[in-house]
Amino acid sequence: MGDEDFPVQARALNYWFGRGEARKQALYDIDLRIARGSLTVLVGPSGSGKTTLLTLLGCLREVQQGLVILLGHELHGATPALATALRRRLGFIFQAHNLHESLTAAQNVMMGVQVLGRVDKARAQAAAAHVLGLLGLSERLDYLPANLSGGQKQRVAIARALVGNPELVLADEPTAALDRDSGANVVELLKRLGQARGTTTIMVTHDNRILDRADRILTLEDGRIVGDEARGG
Amino acid sequence: MSRLLQALFGRLPIGWLQLTHSRTRFAAALAGVAFANVLVFVQLGIMQSMATATLTPYGFFRADVMISAPDANAMAEGGNVARQWMLQAMAHPEVTSGMGLFLANVNWQRAGEGLSLTTFGIDPAQPEFLAPELAAKTAPLQMRMAGLLDRLARGLPRDEAAGIRPQAPLSFETSGQTLTLYDSFAGGGGFGGDGYMLVSDQTFLSLFPGRSSAAPDHILLRLRPGADPERVAAELRGLVSDKTLRIRSYAAAAQEDLSYQQTQRPTGVIFGFGVLIGVLVGIVIVYQVLSTDVADHMREYATFKAMGYGHRFFLGIVFEEALILGLLGFVPGALVGGGLLTLMGRITTLPLAVTPGMVLSVLAGTLVFSILSGAIATRRLAGADPADLF
Repeated sequence: MGDEDFPVQARALNYWFGRGEARKQALYDIDLRIARGSLTVLVGPSGSGKTTLLTLLGCLREVQQGLVILLGHELHGATPALATALRRRLGFIFQAHNLHESLTAAQNVMMGVQVLGRVDKARAQAAAAHVLGLLGLSERLDYLPANLSGGQKQRVAIARALVGNPELVLADEPTAALDRDSGANVVELLKRLGQARGTTTIMVTHDNRILDRADRILTLEDGRIVGDEARGG
Repeated sequence: MSRLLQALFGRLPIGWLQLTHSRTRFAAALAGVAFANVLVFVQLGIMQSMATATLTPYGFFRADVMISAPDANAMAEGGNVARQWMLQAMAHPEVTSGMGLFLANVNWQRAGEGLSLTTFGIDPAQPEFLAPELAAKTAPLQMRMAGLLDRLARGLPRDEAAGIRPQAPLSFETSGQTLTLYDSFAGGGGFGGDGYMLVSDQTFLSLFPGRSSAAPDHILLRLRPGADPERVAAELRGLVSDKTLRIRSYAAAAQEDLSYQQTQRPTGVIFGFGVLIGVLVGIVIVYQVLSTDVADHMREYATFKAMGYGHRFFLGIVFEEALILGLLGFVPGALVGGGLLTLMGRITTLPLAVTPGMVLSVLAGTLVFSILSGAIATRRLAGADPADLF
């Protein structure tokens, strides 16, 4: 397999928070390669560096030391413009839904299409309705977040991340607010996207239902990868 | 509105949706902008009326050059000018005629209410120095103690003033003498008096026995057709022996009077500051609304940043909001401001009105202060860090 089969690569990656005497290292010599289309789960205790790694891989923090290659681009010293352009090719699912309170469910999802450029409104609406339908929210397109349940809001946020056909999905506890069936539906959707479109997913979770469906489980402790288990998924 | 903005921007009108999400807060924000607009409109209206009132008396006369005393910053200010300088000025080959202009206030007591009329004394034998409306009515002024009255004078019933005709004159007592009004003209109340009156120089001197025919307040000169008043005025400054006199073209004198009223008289400065305060209030209100709005949506903006939206997108939202607040706040502000000016104009008879130029300048000013506020508010966007979302 060539480099193009690994949309995410990291070598000797170190990261520190703070400066001077208050400086504290959060990641130590991280080496990893994530295969295209795979579902990788990051596990580990709180403070182990999972989220820091996720934000570094998603161009949300600057690489300080080491190498990160994302979708074929070296991130160390990447310009803000390159980082922004790369983020458009990613899908982010946060633990909190972070939906825009003034926008309807469909409009929130359309934001994931609009970022790709000037898109015809009808096409953006159709794409948003399609993805919301896949997540069981066809009847909630015109609802404001205030009128949705916690699980419904989270599914709208997932739809927003997926509607632009991202090459890589980075998710932080995406199913925490979902019931059993909805959580399983989301994982199946991510798996299907991996198989059909080669969408790669890296997810922080403690949800055992997802661990069972993961292709690979990376365990972090104190900023180091201490376990790397390939699974059948 | 939402569809219109979406077509205009080619994206979801997030600014509009954010602003209108809380109707109460939106209404309060618009009321704030409208209030700032009302302030600006009223102050500008008063300034405009001061300009109109300042220039109105200049419109009564037709002259090319005006000679005034050294301390005559305005038409109604300053000492007298010796008539001999008029004779000296008339030695200039391009000066065709000259007239002394007398000016003082006459008090007319009417049913317990006093009217202060700014009264001009002119030579009725020289109607070429008067505006056509006045020139056609100078015949009665040849008589002693005769006058023409400003029919728009403050405190004077309109029908009574309009009824004054040579066939139906109106007499009143002032300074123990009877003055008879034979006709009327359109002037209007100003800041220095309730209206105007025109009398002959002889009548003027009878009304003010302390004044001398040899010392009018100003000297008006007319030039040969085609002569340049600015150039002749400059040449007269060299010709007339008294080098302290203010010898200016008539147009320059009017402009200097206006500038003096607006920048050096307390009223002009106060109203000018009123406009500035209105603009500052507008900036503070719009900034406060936008700044709070940005702070309230920091997590959403951070999410959009994570998704790949660039800084221009966020600037677009803030400026969209700024323009919406400015434009929608302007409409009620203009209506209320215009209404107040009209009401004040009726009460005071000052020439207070909303002009198209004023509407355009306030609209432009509102958009500028809204965009300026938006530009300041965008600094808070830097606080939206997508890394904090995880």
